[in-house]
Amino acid sequence: MSHYYGQFINLLAAILLLLSFAMLGQRRILSLINLFMAQGAVLCVSTATVAFVTGQSHLYWSALITLLLKVILLPWILHRLIRRLNVKWDIETLINIPTTMLIGIVLVIFSFNLALPISELAGTVTRATLGIAIAAVLLAFLMMITRSKAVPQVIGFLAMENGLFFAATSATYGMPMVVELGIALDVLVGMVILGVFFFQIRERFDSLDIRHLEQLKED
Amino acid sequence: MIGDRMDILAPILLQFLELLMALALAPLLTGWVNQCRAWLQNRSAPPLLQPYRQLAKLFEKEVVLAHNASSLFRAAPYVIFACMALAAAIVPTLSTDLPFGPAADAIALVGIFALARVFIALAGMDVGTSFGSLGARREMLIGFLAEPALLMVFFTASLISQSTSLSTIVSTLARGEFTIYPSLAFAGIAFSMVSLAENARVPVDNPTTHLELTMIHEAMILEYSGRHLALIEWAAALKLYAYSCLGLALFFPWGIPQAAEFANLPVALAGLLFKLGIGGFLLAVIETVSAKMRIFRAPEFLGTAFMLAVLAMLVHLLLETGK
Repeated sequence: MSHYYGQFINLLAAILLLLSFAMLGQRRILSLINLFMAQGAVLCVSTATVAFVTGQSHLYWSALITLLLKVILLPWILHRLIRRLNVKWDIETLINIPTTMLIGIVLVIFSFNLALPISELAGTVTRATLGIAIAAVLLAFLMMITRSKAVPQVIGFLAMENGLFFAATSATYGMPMVVELGIALDVLVGMVILGVFFFQIRERFDSLDIRHLEQLKED
Repeated sequence: MIGDRMDILAPILLQFLELLMALALAPLLTGWVNQCRAWLQNRSAPPLLQPYRQLAKLFEKEVVLAHNASSLFRAAPYVIFACMALAAAIVPTLSTDLPFGPAADAIALVGIFALARVFIALAGMDVGTSFGSLGARREMLIGFLAEPALLMVFFTASLISQSTSLSTIVSTLARGEFTIYPSLAFAGIAFSMVSLAENARVPVDNPTTHLELTMIHEAMILEYSGRHLALIEWAAALKLYAYSCLGLALFFPWGIPQAAEFANLPVALAGLLFKLGIGGFLLAVIETVSAKMRIFRAPEFLGTAFMLAVLAMLVHLLLETGK
């Protein structure tokens, strides 16, 4: 039976990767937030499954934190933010989307290769998914690089945290509870601070395009 | 003695039956999709048998040819129709053990589709009207992007079953130990996107439009009339049928029997009709909820399909091997 659980976790990992790519190719901020929410939900289910298979009870708490924070609270904050900032327009990307996707595929190949030796050493049920976790981190990173507006960059940052969390689950069955709580709090506080930043950036430049920040340089 | 002869004859007869069934069922599938679409869009639906009546009407009509139409223009409908009929016969629907199975594998199937595409594009350009060549160019643009994605989907399925033969792929997927293949989920999405593009369906092309700015498939066949047009319409229906059966065989292979015996026929037939019915309805849903893309968005759409197919292969290599 654990054979099927392993396959189920693999399936969830594949969906996570798919969602990462969907976020990379998404043009609308609203859909981006919904995709982020879906990614959180997949993460939550996969963590709960790993907890069930391995009997590591602290992973249930991780799943619960993921559910509360990434599926409910953060998307809610983001939805409120974009409503108040009134930014529903299409996202501008610095590189066009097909090129971004191709770079994404290269990143996936790179991270799969990177993960292979590590997975061979690991003895966890989830060892095969480590490559996907690294790929998710790098794809979120790529999303932060290629987007010029502030809100998608923050979503990229949050998605990167999702990837890291998934990597921790797949490599070592999660981090200690204290670390996890600390990261959760960090993300939440970071979100609040960035939310304040959005308003400041917009007040200063009348736009959320962070390329304007380059004008702050003194030369 | 009679039993032996039946063993040899049954696969051949079933193969013919499969071909005849494809020819007969293809317009029905088109009619069913049109009907579902009309229901979903709150229109009064055309009768289910409308495509047959259309074909019968067109076969009766006289063929009008342009003065400068070459022999290629006249031959193309037959070639296209033959290609699509062959493709529909290769895809295993009634059994995985049919004589055509070893004759052509998945890659040859892609080749057959490509042959038909080349002929329809050439025929579109033959008369020299601007619409014809516009349609032909767009068709080739879509084709050259869709083909690699389709091949990648087949390669993923082939990697899983260690063979490019469609019969082997289907029997491995249908009868092997039950396994969740995440890679097939990716490949399935990629395949659906390619099918939409290849069959001139809504996000890429609209099969019912005659608006010059948007049409692709219709632009190429504007010059055809009479039995030529009937053959091309029938071939389009066959293509939709072949793609649907292919999708069902690769991603929902359950219920396709192994042995080519008449005893298995009722189950296989019922399963096929049921799956085609659901598939047609889903196609109508997709066509209703999505808006037609600008033609220059199509490369992005198909690029995504290709990317998904490549990801399917990568995910297969990472997750499903070495266990």
